[in-house]
Amino acid sequence: MAATQEEIVAGLADIVNEIAGIPVEDVQLDKSFTDDLDVDSLSMVEVVVAAEERFDVKIPDDDVKNLKTVGDATDYILKHQG
Amino acid sequence: MSKIKTRKGAPYARILGVGGYRPTRVVPNEVILETIDSSDEWIRSRSGIETRHWANDEETVAAMSIEASGKAIADAGIRAEQIGAVVVSTVSHFSQTPAVATEIADKLGTNQAAAFDISAGCAGFGYALTLAKGMVVDGSAEYVLVIGVERLSDLTDLEDRTTAFLFGDGAGAVIVGPSEEPHIGPTVWGSEGDKSDTIKQTVPWNEFRLGDVSQLPLDGKGNVKFPAITQEGQAVFRWAVFEMAKVAQQALDAAGITPDDLDVFIPHQANVRIIDSMVKTLKLPEHVTVARDIRTTGNTSAASIPLAMERLLATGEAKSGDTALVIGFGAGLVYAATVVTLP
Ligand SMILES: CC(C)(COP(=O)(O)OP(=O)(O)OC[C@H]1O[C@@H](n2cnc3c(N)ncnc32)[C@H](O)[C@@H]1OP(=O)(O)O)[C@@H](O)C(=O)NCCC(=O)NCCS
Repeated sequence: MAATQEEIVAGLADIVNEIAGIPVEDVQLDKSFTDDLDVDSLSMVEVVVAAEERFDVKIPDDDVKNLKTVGDATDYILKHQG
Repeated sequence: MSKIKTRKGAPYARILGVGGYRPTRVVPNEVILETIDSSDEWIRSRSGIETRHWANDEETVAAMSIEASGKAIADAGIRAEQIGAVVVSTVSHFSQTPAVATEIADKLGTNQAAAFDISAGCAGFGYALTLAKGMVVDGSAEYVLVIGVERLSDLTDLEDRTTAFLFGDGAGAVIVGPSEEPHIGPTVWGSEGDKSDTIKQTVPWNEFRLGDVSQLPLDGKGNVKFPAITQEGQAVFRWAVFEMAKVAQQALDAAGITPDDLDVFIPHQANVRIIDSMVKTLKLPEHVTVARDIRTTGNTSAASIPLAMERLLATGEAKSGDTALVIGFGAGLVYAATVVTLP
């Protein structure tokens, strides 16, 4: 069952909360991982690995750097989820 | 067909002593910042590294190994003549022939111990330990000296901002010998050669003799650069935090040890962020002491686990008899994990 946009944002919020300790309500579509959510380039790798598992997607390293905001990641997952 | 006689060794093997050598020169992040555009804050937050040791001309691979081995031999309470084999893991001994292990075996005063080098990158300690265990149990040697030693400063491109701050020099050694009880668990190890490009030497040695240096990387002054270790940092990080936590768990399972039974976790000191992530994924309880020697040692590849082990025992953070999970991983890509009782 493919996840909806809402479910993906909620899932990412859980993941970011787990990895960077940011409150789930702060994780919104327009937020930048590095500038707003305290997720640096290495934490981002952890976020991606967790998201891959949760949403059954593959996010190659080369694509990771294009995922600047929660919205970017959500769109990517919507498009690529299995 | 004739019947071939065999030897029988000890029922089991264990680590009986550990020793380390850290070069005298301590290099703070400020020195790294002279050649790369970075900051102390960035280096600390992305790697955990505050200082590392770099060897001087006298602190050769052999000299550092001999120092570390002397301490391990004393710690084990044996004499050098009792050592039947010397296994050295290194990627930074530049005279490829002969193996540096033979010089070490001789200078330590062993009685013509078997001696050889292996190349297994940052997993080298686990690989050598596994060989040593086998030798003790099959009777090839009563005591085996295992050394992890690197002068990675010689293989560091100080102008490469993704690696200049990472590497350090040093030697760590252990004595593996006979035991009536099992004190080294099964090794979970392997290789993923399809990822051989993620950590490698910039230029193979033979390119230097082919005459045409125009293709070789140059430094700021136009001189041909010495080969260095280069890596795809993010890919290695992803592999380490995701795949290596699984391997560590398999080593615990193979030894029949739960996280609650564990006293100490000594992962290869590659990056404090990898260590922290593994601790989380493995759900290691609070009581487990975690080696974070990387802060003041940097990444010393094959030497990192025995160096961290020695420091934890020296500071009293870990004690003899503790149960420790060790895991090494790196260029190859290769990995090796096992559970040991600390000496
Ligand atoms: C080396 C390592 C710390 C680099 O971190 P990273 O987050 O992957 O670095 P990146 O190259 O992706 O760069 C991320 C950002 O930091 C910047 N950066 C890179 N190196 C920097 C440095 N030395 N100082 C300051 N900034 C740096 C980059 O320009 C980039 O900035 P941008 O996002 O604004 O473009 C990390 O990848 C790592 O440790 N990987 C594991 C390596 C390892 O353990 N190898 C040995 C295994 S045995």
